[in-house]
Amino acid sequence: MKNLQDLTAIKEALAAEMAIRLGEVKDGAKYEKHVLMCGGTGCTSSGSMKIADELEKLLKEKGIDQKIFVVRTGCFGLCERGPIMIVYPEGSFYTHVKLDMIPRIVDEHLIGGSPVKEFLYEETVQEGSDHIKALDETEFYSKQNRVALRNCGVINPEDIKEYVARDGYAALHKVLTEMTPDAVIQEILDSGLRGRGGGGFPTGQKWKLARNLVPDADIKYVCCNADEGDPGAFMDRSVLEGDPHVVLEAMTIAGYAIGASQGYIYVRAEYPIAVQRLRIAIQQAREEGMLGDDIFGTGFKFDIDLRLGAGAFVCGEETALMTSIEGNRGEPRPRPPFPAEQGLYRKPTILNNVETYANVPQIILKGAKWYSSMGLGNSKGTKVFALGGKIKNTGLVEVPMGTTLREIIEEIGGGIPNGKKFKAAQAGGPSGGCIPAEHYDVNVDYDSLAKIGCMIGSGGLIVLDEDNCMVDIAKFFLQFTMDESCGKCTPCRIGTKRLYEILDKITKGNGTMEDLDKLEELCYYIKSNSLCGLGQTAPNPVLSTLRFFRDEYIAHIVDKKCPAGVCKSLLQFVIDKEKCVGCGMCAKQCPASAIERTDYIAPGKKLAAFAIDPNKCVKCGACIAKCKFKAISKQ
Amino acid sequence: MAKKIATIPFSGTAEQEQELRATIDALRDDPGCLMPVMQKAQEIYGYLPIEVQRIISEELNVPLEKVFGVATFYAQFTMSPKGKYRISVCLGTACYVKGSGVVMEKLSEELGIESGEITQDGKFSLDDCRCVGACGLAPVVTINDDVYGRLTGKPEEIREILAKYAD
Repeated sequence: MKNLQDLTAIKEALAAEMAIRLGEVKDGAKYEKHVLMCGGTGCTSSGSMKIADELEKLLKEKGIDQKIFVVRTGCFGLCERGPIMIVYPEGSFYTHVKLDMIPRIVDEHLIGGSPVKEFLYEETVQEGSDHIKALDETEFYSKQNRVALRNCGVINPEDIKEYVARDGYAALHKVLTEMTPDAVIQEILDSGLRGRGGGGFPTGQKWKLARNLVPDADIKYVCCNADEGDPGAFMDRSVLEGDPHVVLEAMTIAGYAIGASQGYIYVRAEYPIAVQRLRIAIQQAREEGMLGDDIFGTGFKFDIDLRLGAGAFVCGEETALMTSIEGNRGEPRPRPPFPAEQGLYRKPTILNNVETYANVPQIILKGAKWYSSMGLGNSKGTKVFALGGKIKNTGLVEVPMGTTLREIIEEIGGGIPNGKKFKAAQAGGPSGGCIPAEHYDVNVDYDSLAKIGCMIGSGGLIVLDEDNCMVDIAKFFLQFTMDESCGKCTPCRIGTKRLYEILDKITKGNGTMEDLDKLEELCYYIKSNSLCGLGQTAPNPVLSTLRFFRDEYIAHIVDKKCPAGVCKSLLQFVIDKEKCVGCGMCAKQCPASAIERTDYIAPGKKLAAFAIDPNKCVKCGACIAKCKFKAISKQ
Repeated sequence: MAKKIATIPFSGTAEQEQELRATIDALRDDPGCLMPVMQKAQEIYGYLPIEVQRIISEELNVPLEKVFGVATFYAQFTMSPKGKYRISVCLGTACYVKGSGVVMEKLSEELGIESGEITQDGKFSLDDCRCVGACGLAPVVTINDDVYGRLTGKPEEIREILAKYAD
């Protein structure tokens, strides 16, 4: 690909095929139908690639492999229902697809022409009607606005041509042939795009600093943070798996803007599919001249290499990430100097997160005004969230900034399963905080969340219901940060351990009210004295649960009870003597011989009831599982 | 976290060493090549015993302390061998709130080893990991490349899964 004509030619050649995937039938399409099979990590884990292979084999046997095209795409977002398969142009949405469903789908739908209703996503099928709802009319998709994820679940990520057919590399062409570096930076500044990795620093500002701070720098670097470490967050992984070229294109644009010729993507080794697709994408981009010495014949030179992380959460911090690329222990450095001045190998460097980059080409093509028209206040554009925990539609959603939490969880996410009550949403992972039910209508954007002591973070949103204990959740995150603290600075290394110990003491029923004051004091101390973002934000889960769920802490300390029934040491197993029939099954089962017969016989029962000695009970729960009469309960 | 260091004797072959030296030759001019070399070495040997770290240190001319420092810093590097079947229990948030802690406990009970350890016969090793990203299947356990999702941690379920790896 040398010029705009080449890009246009590819786009036109594939136009009719790509139209099918948007539900339109145009003349000149080679295939009648496209079957899109999700090849993201979630669906692949449940065997989607085997299903795709089987489908292709069957199509060949039936002699219709020239009419029906099987595409392995990135993530569609509704991971809860995986493996997912969509048949276009009609947009039939098959969920929980299994190998044995394939023959029927081939015979009845792909050959016969009528979708197999019982395998379709139930919301798309209406009782007594032949009408099948289109995908974007469903609750899950209708409220979404996909910008960063626009190609995920649409294109084959291993084919650069499909990316080009969706306007890929057109932004790079525009930048290199029509815009000065300063104009590019101005466009990004005007769009209001802010870092999607957690910090929320204005992206254009970062680029401007890297361009101007050291005017005589011989080498500069562009880095991409794909070391998505927040447990429960998988936005970046989905972009890399579903649309790797968008990251390469955006990094090249950034390279032009700041005057760099080398880029590095630091990606988690735990994401094998993403790594593989990035490798393929880089190779294709090099072959097609989208990376290399003379991109689009403009003389601009840029190349990208991969660096694999090795499982250290702290490497998500920018200076630690750069230290790690250099081949060292990934310990953070004091700032200033900031990376824009002295970053990788002490050269001016910018580091942006995957999702941030995924927005850049669209901003260049559609303009800053278009982008900044979405969002709320100082939070422009859209944000991808990974919904997880106690929610019906686990998966990936992209909504305009400022959408309320209630809309995201109740309308898009489908609410809480099993008729339980919403208790809190944990946003921002180990650096973030909890949003309790009283703030269910909060606008999810940088500023509104900051006001209630929380943060968007990288976009993980874990929903908790009444069965989750908030003290236990705080302890879970502190165990995480304690393990992941790199040990370089004292407040973080020792402070997180002390926080963890106090929380552990409380969950075991040995806490005192003074511990709560100690916790708070220690939190503020760690926040203000730690070297890097990991330590500075590590106390957030404690502070935020203390702020909104103090009564739960007090219940653990004063009443020695865990209201959610999670903290084992505080549970008591009790036999209801009125319900006990005296069969003795529980006593036989008990490994600690803690259950003995009493001399009380309940009215209507023949044998004396049993009772549990709380001093001997090890709380294993074996008795509950054995009791047929539901006479034993946890209290 | 402190790393467990293997006590079993090193049993690397000449072919493995040859492959390692070839890898080092291919990467040595790249600044920051230490981690890629160590990642490749772990692929070759399955773990990074001190003997292997010494070869890397000598070949790349970096102090052994530095190689050891990097090996202990990153969770991915292990200094004790893994089992024939590597069990990883996801303790990421989404899995944790859906009960992966219980799954870990039961696996540990069933195998008689703690996280980070390997069974006497070298068949199973047990580890916790942070978010494999299959949150829709939470709680998730992976055994080599097989993924088991939506687990409950019931003893029958755990035994049934382990029974598949009887050979």
